[in-house]
Amino acid sequence: MKRPRLLSAAAVAAAALFSAALPANAAGTVKIGIIWPLTGNAAAAGQASKAAAEVAADIVNNAHPEFGDFPLAKGAGLPNMGGAKLELIFVDHQGNPSLAQQLATRLVTQDKVDVLMGAYQSSCSFTATAVAERYGIPFMVGESAALNITSRGFKWVFRGTPIASDYARTYMRFFADMKKAGKKVDSIAVVNENTDYGTSVADAIVDEAKKANFPVAIRIPYIASSTDVSAQVLQLKEKQPDVVIFISYTADAILYLKTMKNLDYKPPMVIGDDTGFSDPSFIPAVYDVAQGAMNRSAWAIGKPGSVTYKINEMFKAKTGRDLDDTSARNMQSFFALADALNRAGSTDPEKIRVALTETDLKPDQLMMGYQGVKFDKTGQNILAGTYLIQMQGKKYELVWPDKQAEAKLEWPMSGWKK
Amino acid sequence: MLLLQVIVGGLLLGAIYALFSSGLTLIWGMMNFINFAHGEFVMLGMYVALLVVLWFGGGPAVFSFASAFALFVLGVVIYGSLIRYVLRGPMLSQILSTFGLALLLRYTVFFIFSANFVSLPQTSLSGTVNVGGILMPVPQLVAGVVAIILTVGLHLLLTRTTVGSKLLAVSEDRNAAMLMGIRPDRMQALAWGLSAGAAGIAGALMATAYPWSPSVGETFGLTAFVVVALGGFGSVPGALYAGLIIGLIQAVSAFWFGPIYKDIVVYALFVVLLWLRPQGLMGKA
Repeated sequence: MKRPRLLSAAAVAAAALFSAALPANAAGTVKIGIIWPLTGNAAAAGQASKAAAEVAADIVNNAHPEFGDFPLAKGAGLPNMGGAKLELIFVDHQGNPSLAQQLATRLVTQDKVDVLMGAYQSSCSFTATAVAERYGIPFMVGESAALNITSRGFKWVFRGTPIASDYARTYMRFFADMKKAGKKVDSIAVVNENTDYGTSVADAIVDEAKKANFPVAIRIPYIASSTDVSAQVLQLKEKQPDVVIFISYTADAILYLKTMKNLDYKPPMVIGDDTGFSDPSFIPAVYDVAQGAMNRSAWAIGKPGSVTYKINEMFKAKTGRDLDDTSARNMQSFFALADALNRAGSTDPEKIRVALTETDLKPDQLMMGYQGVKFDKTGQNILAGTYLIQMQGKKYELVWPDKQAEAKLEWPMSGWKK
Repeated sequence: MLLLQVIVGGLLLGAIYALFSSGLTLIWGMMNFINFAHGEFVMLGMYVALLVVLWFGGGPAVFSFASAFALFVLGVVIYGSLIRYVLRGPMLSQILSTFGLALLLRYTVFFIFSANFVSLPQTSLSGTVNVGGILMPVPQLVAGVVAIILTVGLHLLLTRTTVGSKLLAVSEDRNAAMLMGIRPDRMQALAWGLSAGAAGIAGALMATAYPWSPSVGETFGLTAFVVVALGGFGSVPGALYAGLIIGLIQAVSAFWFGPIYKDIVVYALFVVLLWLRPQGLMGKA
């Protein structure tokens, strides 16, 4: 009995030795472990982001001279690593924070990924990034908005997307503009799903509203998997706010707008904080009852021939529909990560981390309407921003700020009466 | 007035809870068998309704009937091809078989329809009626009323007809029923058909009012178990009362205390009630 056990122990030790001795990128690839909700309530968003990441990897890995000077598009692979290709490993956390944590650990310890990315739901990004910090593997947070993800003093976590407080300030600037234009914005209602994402954005909005002197008439936290929201809509109806801001995922956002129509409640303006309002299934489901509903987006398809237009064409060829803001922000974060990998010129985690801290992308090197990508000490992109868009007909038009606007803002919203 | 509106909304939703839960309670009452795939039956009913509308047009009457029929057939097939065999196995394999079935159904639908949320195109069932200041969305109103009628109908079928007597006979004493010339397999297949059919029609009715995705069955499955446990395992009228009560409590507590507390209130009351009356409202002790 004794000998076999000894033998197997030796084998395990040898295997551990050899796997440690092997270089991580033997095949000339850089492994990116990506953690998204590919099934479950947010599966649609996760699947769309997965397609976006695959398009981005295609742009980096293959020669795309038609993209002009867009970073990493012209040649094949990462030039500073001898044309090394990006290899994407997708795992599905189903919207479950503890699963996200386990999967991040597995990606690091078993798949030996060089960098991590994810995780859509803020609650999942929160847990998964802790793993990256522990193992010293760079983690790019693609688009989760909760403040607390980058406020823990982590060294290894970077975030390309704007965050809750950026959005909250944008809304207040917009309301101030509206007030100047003579619209009535005397009370705000905030309706948020009650996980990290909804809570932190709603907290930020309530804070900023207080600072900007816009009274919050009512705040309604709810559970995103609710099958019935009429009680909440009736609470809103009772308070009569001038603007209702929804921080919602997909099914709940659709349910709210349909229920509002059914209960004959139409506030002067509805603003959706992206996410559910940007889900590909949102417009087809509610366009007939949600005319004039607003949403935020840093993504605009742009004119034919532009880089953004070409990216959208590639995404469309893959999925049959236009790229949405959520997936586009993930894609931008992915490009920022690829840029840093290239500058690092190696898969050494510390070199990648340093390259990330030195990131300085200019607006013309981006696909999004940010002022740039540059990370502060906490890992947050300080040059990110957003536009406001409005549902007119069966699509969103860019309506604010005035300088970038492509269509005229309608206030109050017409909802279902046209 | 607002409160009255909330109550009406809760009761309409509760009626649908009652309908899809009655199918679950039927299977339990007949066979002492827990079907974890019941929520997925509701989900399939929703997709059948969608396909019927997309392919053939057709109003709510058409697609509800189609969903009921399709799920009835599926229920019988599942009984014949799976349940009949696992019934001979130990309790654990019975439980796990329907659990596996649930996952199989859910992820097959994921594969076919993708994870996107879908909703029925505007059908003839839309708009809102105003009854003395209470607004009732037509889809929910029709769904609620039809659900109550069907649940009561199912109860009458079980208690007032020969078929019902045969079903009950099999559940009470399988061997004695066989001696009386009843074929237990046929009766149990029928029960599975009825159970799945009720879930299917409930799904079709829900589809008129709510957007959904392939994972919707999870939510409905859990609700069904709570309704059945509260109403009393095996009791169709119990499921009816329990469904209405849960719909009502959810709505009122969401309105009074806020939506994040509604499930706390529901489950707290649920636990207290089971503590006082472990067999459920109408269950046999």
